[in-house]
Amino acid sequence: MSTAYTDKEIMALAAGRLVSNGDILFAGTGLSMLAATVAKRVHAPQAVVFFETGGIDPNLEELPLAVADPRVMTGTCMNSGLLDAFSLLVHRRLRTIAFLGAAQIDPYGNINSTCLGDYQKPKVRFPGCGGACDAMSQAFGVIIFMQQEKKRFVEKVDYLSSPGWLSGGDARAKAGFKRGGPFAVVTNQGVMRFDDKTRRMYLHEYYPGVSPQAIADNCGFALDVSRAREGQAPSELELKILREEVDPCRLILGPLPA
Amino acid sequence: MTTCAKLGDKLMSPEEAVRRFVKDGDMIALGGFTVNRNPMVIGREIIRQGRKDLHLVMHSQGQAMDLMVGAGCVARLELAYGGTGRFAPTGIRFRKAVQSGQVKVEDYSNFHMSLRFLAGSLNLPYIPCRSGFESDVLQQWGFGPELRGAGKIPKDKAIVGQNPFAQEDDPVVLLPALNPDVALVHAQYVGDDGTVRIKGLTFLDVEQAKSADRVIVTCEEIVPAHTLREDPDQNTLPPFLVDAVVHTPYGAHPTACHYFYDYDPRHLNYYRSVAGDDDGFRRYLDEWVLPLETQEAYLSKIGAADLINIRANTKVGFAPGLDRR
Repeated sequence: MSTAYTDKEIMALAAGRLVSNGDILFAGTGLSMLAATVAKRVHAPQAVVFFETGGIDPNLEELPLAVADPRVMTGTCMNSGLLDAFSLLVHRRLRTIAFLGAAQIDPYGNINSTCLGDYQKPKVRFPGCGGACDAMSQAFGVIIFMQQEKKRFVEKVDYLSSPGWLSGGDARAKAGFKRGGPFAVVTNQGVMRFDDKTRRMYLHEYYPGVSPQAIADNCGFALDVSRAREGQAPSELELKILREEVDPCRLILGPLPA
Repeated sequence: MTTCAKLGDKLMSPEEAVRRFVKDGDMIALGGFTVNRNPMVIGREIIRQGRKDLHLVMHSQGQAMDLMVGAGCVARLELAYGGTGRFAPTGIRFRKAVQSGQVKVEDYSNFHMSLRFLAGSLNLPYIPCRSGFESDVLQQWGFGPELRGAGKIPKDKAIVGQNPFAQEDDPVVLLPALNPDVALVHAQYVGDDGTVRIKGLTFLDVEQAKSADRVIVTCEEIVPAHTLREDPDQNTLPPFLVDAVVHTPYGAHPTACHYFYDYDPRHLNYYRSVAGDDDGFRRYLDEWVLPLETQEAYLSKIGAADLINIRANTKVGFAPGLDRR
C-alpha cells in the first residue's frame, strides 16, 4: 500500500494508537482533538474524551476548534465547568491521558508554552500553560506533540511551563508529584519515549521513509536512537476515518498530500 | 431598553453599569473562555469610557481580554492562557503588549486560577494544590516587589509548603485566594428578579462571580422569573449576588453563546488580519468599538446576514455546517 499522507495525519494517527480502550482522554485543541477522536473511532470505542472547560464525552460530530468551542457541549454525558473537569483529570481511580503541544521540549520532557527569551522581557510571548501544567502534574500520563526541529528540542527550555521528568531519575517523585509524567512525544518524523530509569528521551519509532539519523539531526540534544524501530504507515482504514469522519473539512488537517 | 419593575434600578445600560461599577485600577474577573461567552459588550464599553490601569484576572481568556489590552485599558494580568484557539493561538494584542512591556503578566495554570477563585468565593485566604512543583510558573514572578504586598496583590505569588496532616514528606502548593473588585458574566437568561441561568458549560463564571465585590451580568434574554423557578436545578446564580443586569442580545459576539449563536469565524479572522498592526488595530477600534455606543448600533454594523449565519440550531446549540475556515 502506498497511500500518501501528511505530517499532521501521521501525527494524529501515531498518537491515537497510543490510546487504550477505556482511557479517559484530556484533549486540547488541534492535533490532540484529532488523535483522541480518531482513536475512539478506530480501536478504542470505550475511550472517553473530555475537555478542561467541562464538556464530558461530547459526540464530536463536528470538530471543535477550541476547548471552549460550543461543539464540546453537545451530546455530552454532562456539561460542567473547570473545577469538575480538573477533578476528573486528577482523579486517582481514572487512567487519564492528556494530549499537549508546546513550543519547546527538553530531554526530560519538560515543556515550554509560555515564552522565548527572558520571562520578564520575552522575545516571543506564547499563550501560557493553560491546563498543560496541570495535566503534566497530575494526569495518569501525557502524550506531547512537537515539530521535529532543533530549535524546539532544546537542552534547556527558556521557561518551564509544565513539569515533565524534571532533571530525570526520581526527581519527579521527589518534587512531590504522585503519578504521571510524559510517556511519549509524537513528532512529524517519529515517536520518542522516556527511559524507565533515567527518564531521558530516546527514539522509539521512526516513520517509514525517515531515518533515525535524520531525527537525531533535527534534535537539539543528544538523542539515543539505538532502540528505534520502524513504525507502521497509516492504514487505509485509519486515513479514511480521519479524513472522512473526523475532519472532513480539513480544518486542522490542512491540505491533502500532494 | 427593556423595562422591568422587579429588577428596578439593577437593570441598566452598559454605559451606566461601567460608569457605576468599574473604576480605574480595578481588579476585574473576565468570565467565559477563549471563544465562548466573553463579556464583549462591557469590554467595549470599558474601552469607550477610557478606563485605565485595570488588573484583569482570568483562567483562559480570548477576545475581551485582547481588545481591552490592545486599547490600553490594562496594566496587569493574572492568567493561564491568552488566546482564542485556532483563530489566534496567542492573543494578538496580548502578545504585543507583553513583548513591549506595556503590561505586566503573572502566569498561573488553569487549575491554579480556578482554585484561587474558588478560595475567594468560599472566603478562604488560600488553597492547596498539587500542580506545578519546580516549574517556572511557581518560580518566576511577573509582578515585582513594587507591585506585591499592596492592595489585592499578595506578598507571594505562591508558596510551596507541607501538608500539615501528613506523616511523611508531602509538598503542596499554596495559592492565594482572589477577590476581584468586579466580575463580568455573560449569561443566556436572567429572570426579571435577577436570577441568572447559564446554558452550556459554566466554565468558572459561578466562582468568579461569588468571589467578586460587584457583579455585572449581561444577558441574551430577560425572562419572567417564574419560568426559571419552574426548573431551578438549571439556575446558576441567585438574584441577590447580582449588582447590574444589562440586556444585550448577541452580547458575546464575536465569541459564542450556547443555544443562541456560534462564534463568528468571519469576524475573528478579520480581527486577526488587522489587529497585528498598530494602525490596523486603531482602525478596528475606530470602526467597531468607539463610535458604536449601543449594542443596536454594533449589531446593525455586523449586519443581519452575518448574525443569521452564526445563529445556533436550537437543538444542538451551535451553527452546524458553519464555514469555520
